[in-house]
Formats: sequence, structure tokens, C-alpha cells
Amino acid sequence: MTRQTAKELTLQVLIGLSPVALGVWLAGNLQANLAARGLTSGYDFLLDPAGFAITEGPLPYQTGDSYLMAFLAGAANTLTVSIPAIALTTLFGALLGIAAISRNPLLAGVVRLYVDAARNVPLLVHVLLWYVLLLTILPDATKPFVLGPLFLSKAGLALPHPLTGEWPRLGYFGLRGGLQVSPEFTAIVMALATYSAAYCAEIVRAGLQSVPRGQWEAAHALILTRWQAIRMIVAPQALRVILPPYISLALNTIKNSSLGVAIGYPEIVSIGTTSMNQSGRAIECISIIALLYLILNIATSFTLAIVNRRVQIRER
Amino acid sequence: MTETAPILQMQGIHKWFGTFQALDDCSLEVRPGERIVVCGPSGSGKSTLIRCVNQIETVDAGTIRFDGQLLDDSPRSRPIRKAIGMVFQQFNLFPHLSVLDNLTLAPMRVGGLSRAEALTLAHAQLSRVRIAEQAGKFPGQLSGGQQQRVAIARALCMQPRLMLFDEPTSALDPEMVNEVLDVMVDLAQGGMTMIVVTHEMGFARKVADRVVFMEGGRIVEVESPEDFFDRPRSPRAKAFLGKILSH
Ligand SMILES: Nc1ncnc2c1ncn2[C@@H]1O[C@H](COP(=O)(O)OP(=O)(O)OP(=O)(O)O)[C@@H](O)[C@H]1O
Ligand SMILES: [Mg+2]
Repeated sequence: MTRQTAKELTLQVLIGLSPVALGVWLAGNLQANLAARGLTSGYDFLLDPAGFAITEGPLPYQTGDSYLMAFLAGAANTLTVSIPAIALTTLFGALLGIAAISRNPLLAGVVRLYVDAARNVPLLVHVLLWYVLLLTILPDATKPFVLGPLFLSKAGLALPHPLTGEWPRLGYFGLRGGLQVSPEFTAIVMALATYSAAYCAEIVRAGLQSVPRGQWEAAHALILTRWQAIRMIVAPQALRVILPPYISLALNTIKNSSLGVAIGYPEIVSIGTTSMNQSGRAIECISIIALLYLILNIATSFTLAIVNRRVQIRER
Repeated sequence: MTETAPILQMQGIHKWFGTFQALDDCSLEVRPGERIVVCGPSGSGKSTLIRCVNQIETVDAGTIRFDGQLLDDSPRSRPIRKAIGMVFQQFNLFPHLSVLDNLTLAPMRVGGLSRAEALTLAHAQLSRVRIAEQAGKFPGQLSGGQQQRVAIARALCMQPRLMLFDEPTSALDPEMVNEVLDVMVDLAQGGMTMIVVTHEMGFARKVADRVVFMEGGRIVEVESPEDFFDRPRSPRAKAFLGKILSH
């Protein structure tokens, strides 16, 4: 090892250690302060019963279960809204992005208008708007609004169960069976989708436009239709430009689902703040919220990075 | 030249880009098997003229007929446009597809050929442009001359009756120009109808039946290569030839 690299290595180690040292110092400080105020600290409370109800979610959490289970149920709920939200964002974003480069000026103009409007309204307003909309315009649960396989009412959205295939049935007190989701869930998913889709549309449009015009012209000269040109020639090349910002949009969408707290959807932040109020362990609860988001986002970016790499190495 | 019906008739073509007039009343007839070389100073409208033929640009006035049938940018013209191949200055190969996939894409998706038929056709055209051994590579792995020959093979895979070339050698390093021109000479000798925008005067003398000289969006002269190069009539053609032949 040369003296130069030894010096660089030492520097790297020092830089790497400094946040650790800072963390240790802060933790020591915190401990001392908490002890001085007679507050207990630590993560042992996680095994205590949480004592609050969680209204919905895929995990079988019950009121007597531990804080740990409550947090896990919250994380599961965050995932449960994020996955359909990202799927819809991608679908709407791709369609809008393609429409934005349409040769029809009216269509392109309408998309432009939507993108500008959606991006300039804060996400929280999207969430509240959808929630209020769903709760006011939709009919009561006993007279749902039927849209093909979708049953919409003030009680939320019911659709055939994707796994069992069972359809919702109209009973005396409203719909039973099938897959039923609350208005809170529907509102947060739709708000995330309509908001993120505007950004996604811009990412897709910029990606499509980054492909040289000569590629369109060659496709035209080979008599491919415009749609074939997009699908077979332009989109595959645009994907390399689209994916990196798309990945960060997907991660943002997961984090943005925390706004579910505004309408009482029991996702990570909502569970976290409730736990914080009940247990009094503020630092612990916030660190758990941060940790859960960190895990979710690392898992997502890892998965998408693999997709990204596969797209990037094709070609030469 | 015998009086066969023209394969391509351009009549009174006008083209504007905004307020700029790129083509001003251009008319040209091309007979089957004829080789036309188009030359003229930069910005004179050469590219625009041949891009109008296959509707990459739409005309603002005038008509274009192929085999007597009116060509426009509507889907109705797609079957007619199939018979027109085009080769670009920048090759415009699809970089995400292998050479073979570049060649088979349109015959399969547009021509309705099976994969096996398209592959047979693609291999045949690759041999024709003397590049059979590169079939599995991607465009980025080939030299410029090789890429342009792949682009020619790709156009030929649609089995066109008219080939348009827009300065096919001007993006190439000098040592690669001839390998592309040789392929084009072969094509001409095989009887292909060709319109070639080029400043390669050796090529023009060797294969052209007529030379079209353009300036300022107008067709100024249409002459045999001998007459055009040795006895240009218009002072503009003289000035142009003076510039390109002076070194
Ligand atoms: N899409 C376009 N929009 C605006 N102006 C254009 C467009 N395409 C071409 N032009 C203009 O039209 C004129 C003719 O262009 P064209 O490409 O046909 O010239 P050219 O004879 O092929 O020149 P070169 O030898 O440089 O290729 C030029 O002045 C050019 O700037
Ligand atoms: Mg040109």
C-alpha cells in the first residue's frame, strides 16, 4: 500500500466514524436527560399490549396484541396502500406521458393542464379532496353504485376477491363478501395515484422525448404504426432514462402514504403517533417509524435497482 | 430512355416550415430502374424533398404519386409506402436490438412474415451487403460503414421498389465511404430504382442516369451526369461545383 492510499484510507475511516461518534454522544446525552427527568427509556414496551384498535389491514391484529404487532400491522397497511398506489401511478403515468407527446394538440394540452394542476395542489389536499368526495357523492352502503365488478358506496369499495374469486353480495346491511376496502383506503390510494401520476407522466414524457427523432423516422420508414414505434422502438430506449427518476418517485409514493394519518388510515405514522401518546416513548416510536420506512424503501429500491440493471445492460 | 410509366411523380411540391419555404414548386418524375442523384448546397431542400416522398414530411401543396396512386400521410398510404425504402445519414439503427432483430422487426410486424421467413430474408440481405458475420451483434459494436450497410439491408428486407438515400456516406470516416458506395453500386446494377442525395461525384458519374441540382428549395437543373459535371448551365451550378470539386 502506498503512503497516498494509506492516507486516503485513514481519512475514509475517520469520516465514516464521525456520525457513529456523534450518535453515541447524542444517545449518552439523551440517557442522562431522561434519567434526570425520571423517564424510563428502552424498547421493552414493544411487548406490552397496545390496547388500541386498528380498523383494517391484512394482518390479524387484535386490540390486546402488543405494540410490536401494532407496528407490524401499520407497516403492512403502508405496503397495502403503496402497492396499488404505485401500480395505478405507473399505469396512469404511462398513459398520460404517451398522451403528452400526442400529435393531437387538444389531447396534449389537456394532459399538460392536468399535470400542472395536480402537481400544484399539495398532496394533503388531494387526500382530503378524495376523502370528502367519496363520503359525499357516493350512495349509502345499501344502494351501492355498480361499475362493472366494482361496488362503490360510502362504506368504501367492494370488488371480487383477487384470490378466492368471490363476488361481493348485497345483504340487508350493505355489501358482504369479496374484497372490501374502506373509504380511507380508497381515498389515500386514489390521492397518491392522481398526484404521483402527474410526476410519472412528466418522467415518461421526458424519457420518450429523449429518444432521437431519427428513431421515429426509421420506424416510420419501415411502416411501423405510431403505436408500434412507441412500443417496440421508443419506449424500450426511453426506459433507461425513465427508470432512475421513476424509482425515486416510487419511493416517494411509499413515504407519502404517511398522509393517510390525516384521514385516520392506520398506516405506520398513524400507529406510531398513537403508540407514542399511549406509551410515552416518543424517541423510541419515532425511531421505529424511521426504521420501518428505511426497511420498506431499501427493499423497494433494491428490487427496482435489479430491474434497472437488467434494462441498462441490454444493448451492446 | 423508353417510355415506361413513371414509378414516382412529384408535381408542384411546396413545403413550408413555419414561414420558411423549404420547397418551392418542385416537380420530378422517376421511371422504374432509374438512378437519380440529388445535389446542391446545404439547406437547399434535398433532404426535405426525399423525406416528402415517404411522408416523413407532409407537403403543403402539390401531389406525389407512386405507381399512379396518390401518396399522403393517411393510413391508406401505408401499403404504398411499403414499396419505398429509406437510408439515413445517421443510420438510425435501433440500438436496443441486435442486427438480426433490426432486420426482421418490420417484415414480421408489418409484412406479416413468419419468424423463419424473416430470418431467411434477413440473412440473404446481410450477405448482399457483405456483412453476414455480424448478424448477432448490436449496432453499437459495429463501425460506421458496417452500420450503414446494416441500415441498407434493413430497408431491403421490406423488398422495396424504390430506395431513398439521404447522404448515406457523409457521416462516415473516409476509409469507410467506399464499402457503402460499393454496396449501392451493386444495388444500382441489380436494377433498383434509387434517389440518392450525395456529394460523391464519382458515384454520381458512375451510376446516375440524371443529376438533380437544387438551390433555395427549387430544382434548378436536371441533367445527365456528363452534362451536369462537365457543362453545367446555370451559374449557381457552376459555383456549387467549383466549391465541391476545388479540393
Ligand atoms: N423540421 C424543420 N423545421 C424547420 N426548418 C427546417 C426543418 N427541416 C429542415 N428545415 C429547413 O429547411 C431547409 C432545407 O433543409 P434540408 O434538410 O432539406 O436541406 P438539405 O439540402 O438537405 O441540406 P444539407 O445538405 O445540410 O443536408 C433548411 O434551411 C433547414 O433549416
Ligand atoms: Mg440534408
